[in-house]
This record gives sequence, C-alpha cells and structure tokens, in this order.
Amino acid sequence: METELLDLSLNELQNKLQNSEISPVELVEASISRYQNFDKEINSFVSFNSKESLQKAREVDVSRENGPLAGIPLALKDNLCRAGYATTCGSNILEGHRPPYTATAVKAIEEAGAIIVGNANMDEFAMGSSTETSAYGLTRNPWDTERVPGGSSGGSAAAVAAGIVPAALGSDTGGSIRQPAAFSGVVGFKPTYGRVSRYGLIAFASSLDQIGPITRTVEDAALLTEIISGHDPADSTSLDQPVPEYHGNINPKPENLTVGIPAEYFGEGVDEEVETIVRQAASDLKAEGAELVDVSLSTTEQAISAYYVIATAEASSNLARFDGVRYGPRAQEFEDMIDMYSQTRAEGFGAEVKRRIMLGTFVLSSGYYEAYYGKAQKVRTLIKRDFENAFEKCDLILTPTTPTAAFKLGSRVDDPVQMYMNDVLTAPTNLAGLPAITLPVDANSDGLPVAAQLIGPSLSEQMLFDIAYLLQELSPWEPCSAPLKE
Amino acid sequence: MKNEIVIGLEVHVQLKTKSKLFCGCSTEFGADPNANTCPVCMGWPGTLPVLNRRAVEFGMLAALSLNCEINQDIKFDRKNYFYPDLPKAYQISQYDMPLAEEGQVEVELDGEKAVVGIERLHLEEDAGKLVHSTAGAESYVDYNRTSVPLAEIVTKPDITSPEQAEVFLRSLKQRMEYLEVSDCNMEEGSLRCDANLSVRTPEGELGTKTEVKNMNSFKGVRKALAYEAQRQKKVLSSGGEVVQETRLWDESEQITREMRSKEEAHDYRYFPEPDLVPVKIDSKWQSEVKQCLPEMPEEKYERFQAEYDLSDEATQTLTASRPLADFFERALTGDVSPRSVSNLIIADLKREMNERDWTINDVNITPENLAALARMFEEDVISSNVCSELIAELVESGGDPEAIVEERDLKQISDAGELEAIIDEVINENPDAVEDIRSGADQAIGFLIGQVMQKTQGQADPGQARKMLQERV
Repeated sequence: METELLDLSLNELQNKLQNSEISPVELVEASISRYQNFDKEINSFVSFNSKESLQKAREVDVSRENGPLAGIPLALKDNLCRAGYATTCGSNILEGHRPPYTATAVKAIEEAGAIIVGNANMDEFAMGSSTETSAYGLTRNPWDTERVPGGSSGGSAAAVAAGIVPAALGSDTGGSIRQPAAFSGVVGFKPTYGRVSRYGLIAFASSLDQIGPITRTVEDAALLTEIISGHDPADSTSLDQPVPEYHGNINPKPENLTVGIPAEYFGEGVDEEVETIVRQAASDLKAEGAELVDVSLSTTEQAISAYYVIATAEASSNLARFDGVRYGPRAQEFEDMIDMYSQTRAEGFGAEVKRRIMLGTFVLSSGYYEAYYGKAQKVRTLIKRDFENAFEKCDLILTPTTPTAAFKLGSRVDDPVQMYMNDVLTAPTNLAGLPAITLPVDANSDGLPVAAQLIGPSLSEQMLFDIAYLLQELSPWEPCSAPLKE
Repeated sequence: MKNEIVIGLEVHVQLKTKSKLFCGCSTEFGADPNANTCPVCMGWPGTLPVLNRRAVEFGMLAALSLNCEINQDIKFDRKNYFYPDLPKAYQISQYDMPLAEEGQVEVELDGEKAVVGIERLHLEEDAGKLVHSTAGAESYVDYNRTSVPLAEIVTKPDITSPEQAEVFLRSLKQRMEYLEVSDCNMEEGSLRCDANLSVRTPEGELGTKTEVKNMNSFKGVRKALAYEAQRQKKVLSSGGEVVQETRLWDESEQITREMRSKEEAHDYRYFPEPDLVPVKIDSKWQSEVKQCLPEMPEEKYERFQAEYDLSDEATQTLTASRPLADFFERALTGDVSPRSVSNLIIADLKREMNERDWTINDVNITPENLAALARMFEEDVISSNVCSELIAELVESGGDPEAIVEERDLKQISDAGELEAIIDEVINENPDAVEDIRSGADQAIGFLIGQVMQKTQGQADPGQARKMLQERV
C-alpha cells in the first residue's frame, strides 16, 4: 500500500526520491491520504494544506543539491511562525493570525527542501501535557484513541505516530517534545538551550523554550537537529558554536561509556512497569559494555516547583502582548481601554493559560518576588550544579521519560497538580539547559509505548544520538507507525 | 530657612543612534506613521530583541560626561504594564544592574556653585505614540518611536531650587550636544523630565514628595517646580499634609494637578529579560569609548581662556554649544585675531541667528566667510556697518564676501585725499557744530562724523574722518 511509504525514515525516503523509485507527488498524496483517513479521529492537525502541498510537490526538484529534505512532507507545531500562514498556538486569541515573517528553524527546513503540509495541534500556548487544552479540539493518541498523545506537542507526536508525516517540529519548555513523543511511541529530541534559534517560536517561557524534532527514528532526529541548529544573529541566546554533521557521524560505541542512573527518577510516582522496562534498557547497554553507576540528582523534587514558578513568571510577561490591539480578535463590546484588554483576554485565553498567567503574575508581584521567583532561580542554580556533579561520574544519564504510559483522555485535565507531575522527569533538563532525547524502548502490558530518556551535558548532542541509536537497535521496540484502522 | 526645597530629577534622553535599541529600524524623527517599524519593534509574537551596541556606547559616553562609574556587568529587565503604545506590554529597561552609577555634575547659579549627584544612568526602549482622531472617537498608534534608545538619568535629591533644576537641565543638554549623542529637544520630546519635589519640615526633616510630570520646556520645569513648591508650602503652613502622588503640570493653567495616588501606582513586576544575555563591559571596550570622548564644555572653556585673549563672557558664549565653538575655531584662519572673530560672532552672527530662531547649523555663512570679513574689517578695508550688513546677508543666502565687496564697491574710504573734499563740505555746511567743538563740546564731533558717513553711504573710515575733522577744526 502506498501510504506505507510514510513509515520509511527520512534517509530512506530521500534515497528513494533520488533514485526515482517514488515521486514527491506520490509522497504528498500518501500524506494527504493518511490525513484524510486518520485525522478525523485523532485531530493531530490544526491546518492541513493539501492543494498547496501537492502543487509544491509537483514543482520540487529532488536532486541532492536541493537539500536533504527535498520533496519530503513535514509538519510544524502551531507555535512556529511561517510568513502568511495562520499560526495560532492552539488559541482563540490568535485565531487567523498570519505572521509577517518566518521562524529561523522553519526557514532552515524549507531551505532543506521540506514540504510543510500543515500545522500540528498543541496545548494552548504549549501549556499542558495532554493536548486537551487546544482551542481547536483535543488530539487523540494513535496507539489508543481513548488516551492522550501527551503534550504540548501532542499534535506533532500523533501526526508522526500515525504516519501522516515522517517527522515534525515541536517545542520543549518542560518536556513538551519528549513527553508526547514518549506517549506516542516516537523519538523526540530537546537540544541544548541555544543550539536552535528561538526566533519565530511564539514564546511560552523564553529561558526554557527550545525547538526540536519529533521523528520515528533516532537518525531522523539527528538529521533534523543538524538542519535546524546553529547560531542566529536574530536570537541573542543562540549559541555561536559549530554544528557537527550529527546524522552522518552516528557511531554507537558503548565501550568506555558510563551511564548514570539517578535514583530520584525511578522513585515514587513512577509506574512499576515503566521502571522495569527502562531498567531493562540500562541492562541492554551494560550487556554491550557500558558501565552503569548510581548518581544523585537530589534537587529533582524541588525542580518541578521551580519550573512552574519560572515558566509561569516568564509566560505572564510573554503573553501580555496578546491584547487585541495589533493582531488577533478583539472583544466586540467593552467600556474603555482597560475593559477592552480584559474582555479580549477573557474571551481569547482558555482556563489553563489564564491559570498560569495569574500564577506568573503573582510570583513576580512586589512583596512576593523573592519568596517565589528569587527562590526558584536559586533552585535552578542548584539543579544545574546537580547535573554538573553527576556528569563528573558519568557520560550521560538514563531515566524514564514519563512516570507512566499515556493516560486516559479527561483523567487529569481537571487536576492541574496531577497534570503538572507529568513534567517531573523532563523539566529539570530545561532548567539546566541540557540536551535530552527520548525513544520508545518497549510496550507495556496494554500495548502502549514506554520510553527511555537520555540526558547529556551541554552540547553533547552527538553522544546522545550515538547511544540512543544503539538503544534503538538493542531494544524490543521497532520504529513503526501506530496500527490505526483506515 | 535655606535649602528647604528638595528636588530630584528623572530625565529621559533620546539617543540618536541610526537604528533602534533592539532592531534595525531607523530612528529618524518625522517619518510617516509606522514607516519605521518591523516585526521586532512591533512585538510580533515569536520575535526577539538584539541589543544595539552603538546605543550602549552612546550611553557610556553620556555616563562618562556625567562623571559616572560604568558597571562592568550590566543586564536588561522587563518592566511590565499594559498600554497600547507598548507593543510587547513590557518595556525592556534596566532594573538592578544599570549601565552606570554614582556620577556628579557641577552647576553654577548666580555665581554660586553646587554639585548635583547622579544616582544612575540606564538604557531602555522608548514607547510609541497615541494619536487621537479629531472627532475624538478613535485612537491610533504610531510605533515609529517604539524602541528608540533612551538613557534614563536619575539625579540624587541634591537640587535645592527650581532655578537650579533648570540650570542642571541646560548643563545636561549642553553635555549631550557636545557628545553628539542626543538633541535634547524638550519640545520634540528628545529630552523628557519628571521631577520629585518635597519641602523640608521646619526641623529639617524630609517631607513627603510628589512627582511632577508633563513639563515640556526648561522654563516649564522651572515654573512647574516653583508652583509645586509653593503649593506644598501652603498645604503645610495651613496644617495640612502633603499626599504622595503623581501630579501633572498644566501649561495653560500654570498649575499642577493630581494624576494618580500612591495606591494606584503600578506594580511593574520587573524581572531579568530572558531574551537577552547579560552584557560585559570590559576595560578594553570602556577605554575605546573613552577615547571617543570629545573635549567637554569645562575643558573647552579652560582652553579658550588660555589660548585666546577673550573676555569670560565671550568664552562662555562661544563654548555654550560645541558647533558654535567649532565655528569660531574654524574661522581662526590666517592672522585674523580671535577677538575680532569672537566679536563678529557674538555681536552680529548671534543676533542674526536669534532673529531667525536658528542655530549655528542653520546659517549659510561659512567660518571662512566670517574669517574673510574679520580680516577686511581689521585691515580697515570695510567699515563695521558694511561688515554687519554683509553678515546679515550671508547668514541668509551665503556668498563670497571678498567678491561682494569688490563687486559692489563697498571698500571704506580711508584715503585722506579722497575724504578731504567731503570733510570740507561738512565743515562748511555745519558752522554751529564746528563752533561747539571749538568751545569744548566734544560730542559734536560725533555729529560731524555722522554727516561724513552719510555722504559716503557709510564707506568712510570713521577713525580717519575723526582724525581729519579734529585737525581741521
């Protein structure tokens, strides 16, 4: 069946395109066909441009000079700006908003030849772990449509898991790439803070946000990361460091490798089956010659509180610009200027976004700043130090990505604290600015994917791809699309 | 009681960099509404600021001229508030690690010198401007000014009178003009000043202060502060209490009015700007900037005093503005004396400028033209009248003074032979005046000189005429 084309890796697709075994039109048609068959049910896309994508597929020249993604359909999370295309962050307050410019990372994949077929659904303003808070409806997990795909990049993860696209871009503030990738049985990578330009990523929490790939294989994640990485003069926080050829250099050498196992990441709240599966992954590495050592990340418990203080503080400021003055819908009825702001924001934002704006406003308020924001910054420093100390004993850290496999739709959406606990194993790396990759390693007894996370020191991207690739080879999980019924 | 008024100023100076503080847009004043905007300064979602290093350097120059210490580590912070002219709903400013601190400026008022301390100087971005429709129903926003760099200069509460506040502001403007970092034009808004004022209790304790805003000229600052000081004194002497509040100066009514009370004050929720990295100002950068520091007013004054034989007043006038001082020095070509150039500038050129409300940059006469006129005057080639008239003409339309003098035959008559017939004529026509002089009324000679000048259409050399008249009478 033609749509199975989309189960191939980026590299395989590129080879087939260049050998004229397949055409970009066939590939885009396959993508459209899967979108039409599956997306009514899983709702992974906010917008999908069939006609235009086909047109582009007809025009594209797939020769190698035209880039490693020439002719390959990809999806963007709905918070990545593309000039002229609606970019809404899953929110009513940006309904119909068409940015006048294109994000640096998006430009990079366009220049690499990708055909962007549409924007993937997300929790409103990337605030959530289930993709249930989007103004454009919830997204379902392709492995079990009664379950969430994770969030906030749930649309991107579900679209890749469903095989509508071979890869997508997401953004990760506290786990928003890794957690949905884990729930959806795909690979997700959060680069070192500053590795990828944030210019054009609609900000949630500026000091934590990072754009990254969601793919079906580790090699694909390496390839996409390589394409979108690099210094950008438009982003002062982007790192001025050379970008290695991650994809071409993947070299899985487990010898002399020391893998840290932090007890704090296997403790209370982590599902037993998840723990067993991830410990098995560690054993698999050990069997290949890696050494396993216990490391301590004692600040893990405080990390989630610090994360929610810092992320909401920055968000309260970042989201203040959505006021209906310059873009987005404005409330129809209001009494004066202040009321115009209030009504516009009351109508435009959903409950979770409002909750976080209020939290963030509170923690920055005069009289509370030191007790909350000031303290959280101190905890952040301790977390960084914790990781630094751990990396003196090991090369990388292996943990579960999430405490549990995908949970049922609606089961946590009314309990914010329960929902926030989803980020407990992923948010510390954002606070420390470190790179981390997640990949599915096995299925649990419900047949749901369970993922392992590898965390490395700053700019250790290559090592993470190397070892994740090795784990991908060793583990029982085979990269594949979810078995959705057509 | 002395020093009973306590004033501190917060001055915003627009830095005239070519581009804005965080994007590449032009800072040019007077462009079509929203012509100088881009996604970054418009605060479009997803955009990020990039610091303009030139603006940091302009700020450093301003700080150095106020004798401030430049901080090695500086950072930017967000000041959060909602207003339509603020597209991101926060202003990128500096909170606890400003560009510079602890400066001081000497000011002189009525011969008395005083030192005004500078608390800090920090960089921040300007806001846009609201434009209200004439019908009053709609408001529009012009974002051209958004993100134009500002240096906010905060003085210590060292100023003791409204007059001293005005002197301080003029001195600040003079410094910024010398540095060429700002025009400091209050009417155009390139310098804005808010003031905190309180009145001491009879026991000498600090009173409650009010903040005064909306002053649009240096004179306005003086008047507003004088009004506010009187108002507070009246409140206190009638047994009342001064309320801590912000008050607006009403230029047309010449009073201050309550704008908002302390309770309504904003909580700006400052926090470090995560989109910018902290800036390190190492000694290398600082010394590079220091090298660009021009001669400042005090130094120029001292040098002029030492190098040129001028009166204090003339030196003061010439060094008041750097372009004027430069004009003066450029006119010192050849062997023309500084004093005659200075005289022409102060007596004639300044008068012509004042009449037209022009600055030295607006005049069409060049320093070389002025030098030529001074030389011709010194060498008695032209009379002072002709010289004045030519300055007036050249200020307006420019031209080569030597060619004009030649062409219109404006050389003064100092040749005794040429003057003799006219002197004879005047003596014959004015026997009464001649008699007066002979009987000792010397002032009558002035009348006769006037007659000579009239007959020669101003071209006679009055000195020569006087000499000859004295001899003949």
